[in-house]
Amino acid sequence: MTQRAFARVIDLEHVAVRELNQALHDLAPDSNATHWQVLNPRGRHALAVGLDAEVTVEIEGHAGYYCAGMNKRASVIVHGNVGVGAAENMMSGFVHVHGDASQAAGATARGGMLLIDGNAAARCGISLKGGDIVVKGSVGHMSAFMAQAGTLVVLGDAGDSLGDSIYEAHLYIRGTVAGLGADCIEKPLADRDRAELHAKLQQAGLAGQVDVGAFRRYGSARQLYHFHVDHADAY
Amino acid sequence: MDETPRTPPRFSATFDPHVLAEIRRAAATGIYDIRGAGAKRKLPHFDDLLFLGASISRYPLEGYRERCGTDVLLGTRHAKRPIALKIPITIAGMSFGSLSAQAKEALGRGASIAGTSTTTGDGGMTNEERAHSQTLVYQVLPSRYGMNPDDLRRADAIEVVIGQGAKPGGGGMLLGQKVTERVAGMRDLPAGIDQRSASRHPDWTGPDDLEIKIEELREITDWQKPIYVKVGASRPYYDTALAVKAGADVVVIDGMQGGTAATQDVFIENVGIPTLAAIRPAVRALEELGMYRKVQLIISGGVRSGADVAKALALGADAVSIGTAALVALGDNDPALEAEYQKLGTTAGAYDDWHEGRDPAGITTQDPTLAARLDPVLAGRRLANYLAVMTLEAQTIARACGKSHLHKLEPEDLVALTIEAAAMAGVKLAGTEWIPGQGAL
Amino acid sequence: MCGIVGLFAKDAALEAELGAHLATMLASLSDRGPDSAGFAVYAPPVRDAVKLTLRGPAGYDFDALAAALRGHLAGGVSIKPRGTHAVLVVPHTEVTAARNALATLAPELVVVGTGHRMELYKEVGAPAEVARQFDLAHMQGSHGIGHTRMATESAVTTDGAHPYSTGPDQCLVHNGSLSNHNTLRRSLRRSGYTFATENDTEVAAVYLTAKLHDGLSLDAALRGSLNDLDGFYTFVVGTETGFAVLRDPIACKPAVMAETDRFVAFGTEYRALTDLPGIEQARVWEPEPATVYQWDRRA
Repeated sequence: MTQRAFARVIDLEHVAVRELNQALHDLAPDSNATHWQVLNPRGRHALAVGLDAEVTVEIEGHAGYYCAGMNKRASVIVHGNVGVGAAENMMSGFVHVHGDASQAAGATARGGMLLIDGNAAARCGISLKGGDIVVKGSVGHMSAFMAQAGTLVVLGDAGDSLGDSIYEAHLYIRGTVAGLGADCIEKPLADRDRAELHAKLQQAGLAGQVDVGAFRRYGSARQLYHFHVDHADAY
Repeated sequence: MDETPRTPPRFSATFDPHVLAEIRRAAATGIYDIRGAGAKRKLPHFDDLLFLGASISRYPLEGYRERCGTDVLLGTRHAKRPIALKIPITIAGMSFGSLSAQAKEALGRGASIAGTSTTTGDGGMTNEERAHSQTLVYQVLPSRYGMNPDDLRRADAIEVVIGQGAKPGGGGMLLGQKVTERVAGMRDLPAGIDQRSASRHPDWTGPDDLEIKIEELREITDWQKPIYVKVGASRPYYDTALAVKAGADVVVIDGMQGGTAATQDVFIENVGIPTLAAIRPAVRALEELGMYRKVQLIISGGVRSGADVAKALALGADAVSIGTAALVALGDNDPALEAEYQKLGTTAGAYDDWHEGRDPAGITTQDPTLAARLDPVLAGRRLANYLAVMTLEAQTIARACGKSHLHKLEPEDLVALTIEAAAMAGVKLAGTEWIPGQGAL
Repeated sequence: MCGIVGLFAKDAALEAELGAHLATMLASLSDRGPDSAGFAVYAPPVRDAVKLTLRGPAGYDFDALAAALRGHLAGGVSIKPRGTHAVLVVPHTEVTAARNALATLAPELVVVGTGHRMELYKEVGAPAEVARQFDLAHMQGSHGIGHTRMATESAVTTDGAHPYSTGPDQCLVHNGSLSNHNTLRRSLRRSGYTFATENDTEVAAVYLTAKLHDGLSLDAALRGSLNDLDGFYTFVVGTETGFAVLRDPIACKPAVMAETDRFVAFGTEYRALTDLPGIEQARVWEPEPATVYQWDRRA
């Protein structure tokens, strides 16, 4: 762990999570406390939630549920794993998990980018609403369930029922897909898709390291947009 | 003349005309019947309860000087800023999308005049709604349409919705004809498609994880606002206990008469229990946990008059919520529009195809021409009048029972007309000492 | 709804601290399971003997019971009381005689579990308090599982707490909510099994017991439960030589595992694992749905 110069250091062995979050919420717009380090997270929940400031928060260790939940504008970097619902409903900004993410990573995210260096468990990107998720490892089952908008990029594999009941989110998977969910089909990788994928990889700092052509695109077959009795099996 | 006497045609109680028509409709269309409103069949309800007014052993309060208080404070358990309402009647969650913007504005105006709150719905918070409603409760639903931290912060309270009375176990539904550009934009959906509903929350399942979710919502909003937990009436005793254990400040229970914008008719009529049966189990759970009046209870589902308000409070609720009744006050199902209802194949008072978005009253529609028919200022006034009448009615009854505040009403002020109502409400059958159904649980 | 913890010492040197670690793990999951707690520790066996964990009313005189039992049983009888529970050790040839004697001499006692190694304790109350009552922090063993409970549809009673014994040296803990347990309970009753509670977990435990009695392996019994049980569940089963884990096919209830060369651990939340030695370098992962995992000392 490197000591950052001029960073505010909060040690959760001595300071409550409530104080951490309040301090981050109370930052004045012109505050120079733009870099924070959080020590000894030890799996605690609700770390750095509801941020709305252009600050960087580095969490030195593993976080619990909802780390960086509803993040706006901030950069939250976790030097460890995160629990359920990391960056849930993120609005903007950047959340980078160096380790693995548990279930529902990036759930309902509406903007910004969630980057996971390790694996994400089940339901990654569930109900995604415009945010971008990049997973260098693999994602678990039911990922992108009911995903409405945004992108999910997976360098590894995807578990079963990928994109079940998907709307208009774009899914790019490089590895194998264990199984597709209802109304999710493979789609051709057109030039504009390659461009979009390249842009997301670039934002994730992976441009040039990964061949966009190695990915397959998945999305909605749009058969469930209006109920028809012949598709009743899908429900 | 030798005429054989003819017996008149006889309908089957099981296969009555309504049932026959529904079977034919299903066979023709291949889709279940979708409609709005709550359970329409006759159910044990507040009508089956009566108050024991003062006589020789009890003395009534006079009007005027001898006040009968109506105020209520919600969210005292954890919130830095609990909600103070002038009356114990709130407006339930109904979405912009299922309702027109004008209807939402009218609800906000009326509630603000009356000193009470409105609630967002399954589409998120609109700026108009926040501007027109003095006290606004923001719902967190399984769909999370429009969810964002800024709205969480500008809300006065947060309501985590597990379900609603019309469809416990089901999610929201909005069909393509009501998914306009504006609605679609708010919900991040393509315009014109049928919205498919999530019935579980995306990032938690179960009360143990709900506890952690509530913790997150509190942390995001710096513990300022009360957190409500809303369920459809199903297992109210356990649900109330679990909501308390998960950290709820307020528990909201919606009985099967509670309305919806749209869902399957079979769901509305066959899943969930009557409002009357949900109240005492919820109160018992609170009492056993030592949380009665510390975690407040709001009851909804078929509340129509001040008598219903008084009865719900007598059974132990801290407040009630109205949905369908509020829409009727605004002008829903008005007989003045009978000609138009006929064109839709229905009649004033029975119109419930709210999902079609063709409401002649301009309330459950996104059609700009129809929606423009509702004047939000006038309609808001109508709602405020109705809320005032309900409050006065409840006070009149409470004074007659000798109560200086609506919250001083108690179950022993009531008797029941039927065995079912007596058992469900836990009150004596009128004229007897008998409360059926005690002893189990 | 609940919290589950499990710890399996791969390194024998960890056995002396097993109870201390389990106690810390249990306490960390108190929020999600405040009503009651329980655990099973697989302690060193007594040669040629069987342990019966007994539970009685507060203040029960277990020493007097042991003295009375000596008159009924051949061979050595010893008892170690811990709070409302006690571990009775009898020669393995005397187990049936011991049960019969207990039924006559002490009908107010419940046999919570039996086995060569397993000792099972559970009580109503906050997890940290329950652990303290039984002095879990000083127990030793090769492995153990524990549970903190938030009762959902049944009462908060000691009988309702987990673990539930499913056979000698075997017990079950559960996080989740079954939805077809009432029908299964009736069917198991018809097959001759008895129940002490309305609890869904007890049904799962008896179901597994029945399958094992029918001759299925634990692996096959757990795989069978995927078809026969409906609802949401994470199961952890303690066995004489290790433990097994199963998540239902939808896998909404959380489950985290961690492994180093010194231990394999299970926790409903990562928070339960943060104090384990070497956790920073552990491999941390989540079990796949509908898959039986088993760790076994013999392996």
